[in-house]
Amino acid sequence: MAGKERAIPAPLTNPETEPFWEAARQGKFLIKACTACGKAHWYPRAICPHCGSDRTEWRESAGKGVIYSLSVMKRAPEIYAVAYVTLDDGPTMMTNIVDCDYDKIAIGQRVAVTFRPTQGDGPPYPQFRPA
Amino acid sequence: MSGGMSIKGKAYIAGAYEHPTRLAKDKSVAQLHAEAAMGALADAGLSRKDVDGYFCAGDAPGLGPLAMADYMNLTLRHLDSTDMGGCSYIAHVAHAAEAIAAGKCNVALITLAGRPRSEGHSGAVPRIRGADAPDTQWEFPTGVATVNAYAMCAARHMYQFGTTSEQLAWVKVAASHHAQHNPHAMLRDVVTVEQVVNSPLIATPLHRLDCCVVSDGGGALIVTRPEIAKSLKRPLVKVLGAGESMKGQMGGDVDLTYSAGVRSGPAAFAEAGVKPADIKYASIYDSFTITVVIQIEDLGFCEKGQGGRFVADGNLISGVGKLPFNTDGGGLCNNHPANRGGITKVIEAVRQLRGEAHPAVQVKNCDIALAHGTGGLLGSRHGGATLIMERE
Repeated sequence: MAGKERAIPAPLTNPETEPFWEAARQGKFLIKACTACGKAHWYPRAICPHCGSDRTEWRESAGKGVIYSLSVMKRAPEIYAVAYVTLDDGPTMMTNIVDCDYDKIAIGQRVAVTFRPTQGDGPPYPQFRPA
Repeated sequence: MSGGMSIKGKAYIAGAYEHPTRLAKDKSVAQLHAEAAMGALADAGLSRKDVDGYFCAGDAPGLGPLAMADYMNLTLRHLDSTDMGGCSYIAHVAHAAEAIAAGKCNVALITLAGRPRSEGHSGAVPRIRGADAPDTQWEFPTGVATVNAYAMCAARHMYQFGTTSEQLAWVKVAASHHAQHNPHAMLRDVVTVEQVVNSPLIATPLHRLDCCVVSDGGGALIVTRPEIAKSLKRPLVKVLGAGESMKGQMGGDVDLTYSAGVRSGPAAFAEAGVKPADIKYASIYDSFTITVVIQIEDLGFCEKGQGGRFVADGNLISGVGKLPFNTDGGGLCNNHPANRGGITKVIEAVRQLRGEAHPAVQVKNCDIALAHGTGGLLGSRHGGATLIMERE
């Protein structure tokens, strides 16, 4: 198991993304989807990256998915895993895998979202742990 | 080409210079740019006053091209600071050829320089590439650095295609065989597959010896119009074709198994009118061993997923394998100035086409060469640039 956890830098939020981080403070994991083309995307944008429409809306996600790829960083003060997780909602997002055995965690494993505090009273940040 | 203009035969690389330093504690970044520039001009047999086009990227200190152009006191009618990371300088050759073909300049100077080694940079440390970049708030908190972004590509390639650490190691082994002949190379010892896979894991599945060097240094190129190139005393290296592209996360449709080379490569081959089988020497950006494997597939030297098998057993070693690559030792062993390897890729291709590579690694009858690079992070968003050149 992991030793001490890495301190997470606070996300540098902006007006376009503020609803995500406000929801995160309530423990809710939002993604953006487009009502014009029907497709969800990541990272969240005002303008749909699939069709260019501005008819995007926030939707609550169950925050479940599968590890698409990952790398365990060994050369750091605290070992951590950076990963891409493919959400059941469709999009694949860059994130971390935590609460896991870094020698056993693997591509294809099911994971669920967990919010972690960030430095300096920043909003909680979405990471994933084995489901 | 779908009608319109082509750069094929419209420009020549008349000067190429790689700064010999690998540790420049006593020099400034601007000085390294200027020293490289003067080296390339001397190589071409031209002077500073002949330069009327200047190309640089984000490693140039100051605002775009302005500070360095002023430092060198250039009088210009064409400026371009396109930045797509380490492959920028490969694209700059194409942009210079376009500008020359359009009559916008006659003698284009391209420079790169930096001193990340003196400044203590590491590819294992996360850094913000623009606080207001739209991806920063989502990705910087993950601790994504350079090495673990590329490592995720390696992990997926292994999962999907069965690529092994031993196959990746062959890329480093080949580079080390070449670097032993380069007196300027940072790492000149020949290494074995076992040494690579037994070196410490940095970011799984990449080991220390899967990673390029961190070096100070620089390089410069001179691109000019045919009449001027033919009036000079250097062997003629003609631009045949080029392509550039980028690839990102596609709104969440992430696919780490291929690079922007799937677009830049075919565009360059089409413009040049040659095929992968015609390439006698290839400079392939080797920030990490996996970078080479993925790019070789995307350029069409082998099928997608077969890159690991292709690079194994010395297939990239000059005089041994089918695709001699990075005969200067590449970024893995020779030099990766400013953490940007694009310009050294073009410089070694020029040496090969001129017949001026080290005799131990010189490819016989090297008439057509390719330089290809990936800039930024292969694992998130990156540029890709391909250049095909011919000895005339």
